[in-house]
Amino acid sequence: MRTGEAFRVALDALRANRLRSGLTMLGVVIGVAAVVLLVAIGSGAKQEVEQQVEGLGSNIIFVVPGKFEFGSAPTVSRLTLDDVDLLGRVVGDPGRVAVSVASGETVSVGPREMFATVNGVNANVPNVFDRRVARGSYITPTDVDTRRRVVVLGSSVARTIFGDIDPLGRQVSVAGVRFRVIGVFQPQGSTFGVDRDAEVHIPVTAAQRLFGVERIDALAVKAPTVDDIAPLQGRLVSALQDKYPDEEFSAVTQTQILGTIGRILGLLTLVLTAIAAISLLVGGVGVSNIMLVSVRERTREIGLRKALGARQRDILLQFLIEAVLLCVAGGLIGIGLGVGASLAVNAVSPLPAVIAWWSPALAFAVSAAVGIFFGVAPARRAGRLDPVVALRTE
Amino acid sequence: MTAEVVGGARRELAVEARDVVRRYQLDGVSVEALRGVTLRIEQGAYAAIVGPSGSGKSTLMHLLGCLDRPTSGTLLLGGRNVADLSDAELAELRNRTIGFVFQSFQLLTRTSALENVALPLVYRGVRRAERRDRAAAALEAVGLGKRMGHRPGQLSGGEQQRVAIARALVGEPTVLLADEPTGNLDTRSGAEVIALLGRLNSERGVAVVVVTHDLDVADQARRRIHVRDGLVERDTGALGPGVDPR
Repeated sequence: MRTGEAFRVALDALRANRLRSGLTMLGVVIGVAAVVLLVAIGSGAKQEVEQQVEGLGSNIIFVVPGKFEFGSAPTVSRLTLDDVDLLGRVVGDPGRVAVSVASGETVSVGPREMFATVNGVNANVPNVFDRRVARGSYITPTDVDTRRRVVVLGSSVARTIFGDIDPLGRQVSVAGVRFRVIGVFQPQGSTFGVDRDAEVHIPVTAAQRLFGVERIDALAVKAPTVDDIAPLQGRLVSALQDKYPDEEFSAVTQTQILGTIGRILGLLTLVLTAIAAISLLVGGVGVSNIMLVSVRERTREIGLRKALGARQRDILLQFLIEAVLLCVAGGLIGIGLGVGASLAVNAVSPLPAVIAWWSPALAFAVSAAVGIFFGVAPARRAGRLDPVVALRTE
Repeated sequence: MTAEVVGGARRELAVEARDVVRRYQLDGVSVEALRGVTLRIEQGAYAAIVGPSGSGKSTLMHLLGCLDRPTSGTLLLGGRNVADLSDAELAELRNRTIGFVFQSFQLLTRTSALENVALPLVYRGVRRAERRDRAAAALEAVGLGKRMGHRPGQLSGGEQQRVAIARALVGEPTVLLADEPTGNLDTRSGAEVIALLGRLNSERGVAVVVVTHDLDVADQARRRIHVRDGLVERDTGALGPGVDPR
């Protein structure tokens, strides 16, 4: 028998049991759709984080207390403002060292208030990071030295508490202390639904008094060129360790942060995809089960076909094609559904979803493989049926 | 293939069974359905295998039709020993030399008469257009030229059995094996089917072997083989009723 003929027979059989074929396919449809969607969300998340880390600026080295490792516990910082000068001497340019001490506080004007990240910084932040002020100006070294109570607002903070009023020169209350607005940042958008503009910057000295701390949380150094990054990392850490012999420090680059985030997201995507793949497997078992029922139901037909000259492999091929058609059709529908769901997720939810070209291709190949794998056993059973016994079946 | 004159010169054998035994294992108990049957069916013969139920006549027909293999003994089809053939070769032999007609017609319910008839040619690798032509000719031959597009459910029992006969005929087999072909039909349709089998035998020279316990059906055959308890009890012989075969 020609393969084309076997296709036609298999299609006829599937069409004769539309509802059953549809329900059988559903398992594969859901499995494939879930795989495509989860891979899309995983790749989307990774891409967005990468863009954001890269968007911080180039050649940045982050200096943090403790070890920078996935899974290591955060360490209480013992860095102080003096260390800014220390690192400035190591780099050879104090203007290349930015500093941060942060806390979540309430920012308000009269009855209008908002919970925001209050970041104590020095004047170098716009140099080190690509952070632009849309209106007004940024914090100056004098503001830091004189512990001046001035604030630069993130765009959504300005919008929430001032509305249409121009905030420049006005007073706001940060954690109950009055500050004068000297600038408003350009909007940055949001990541995973988290608003990145719900942030205000104040001079680090003012922040330490406001929070009642001496420490600073982290330092960021902008290396002059890419080639300076590696030697600088070592020199920064050893300078700090000379000063604090009992402490550990890390100097990490964007690439290293990206690597770590990539590993975490990759692992997460893998776990989610594995769960989705299990549902695809269950769908395959469903196909196998229905094919066994189909073989039993059509025992007489199989007997007849054998009596008329069908060989074992003709019958096997017919049922195998039937199983593969079920899975491939289910796979195609699943891909369509998965791509559609990814686009919908992208459009209506904060989660990004990016369809990698390989994931529908892989899903298709896997569903075809599932069809062959789970179709072989019923098809072999059909092919081996004894025609005498099969014809006698009622 | 042309039928030679009955009673003429020695003719080619279509099927030959030599001391054929078929034993089954049923729940661990060995049951002998055939206990040593020797039988020769010439090309162009018209024979009836008769016997009570449980006599082994169905088993004999399955063996003659290559649906089954003997436990011991030799079975030759068109000169080829069935024991030497693989399953695939057996299927091909079946396809080319045997036409089956069953008591319950065994038509595929979702397919038209034409496609039912064309089915054996599918397994012979015949192209679609040629299949249709040959199936149409076979349906014409059984008088159903105007019913080709009908499905089995739209046909009467007699018509369905004639479709089945057309299907058995379409591959131009040497032997047509009919298992109780009138068992599910009323008297008139049954008579028509038997007349058709007789006509095909005499006009086309295809050997017809009918398994039946209906003596009216058996009377139409030139030769009657009585089977009882797994043995050929009486055989009227290849040359017709009343002639001693040995």
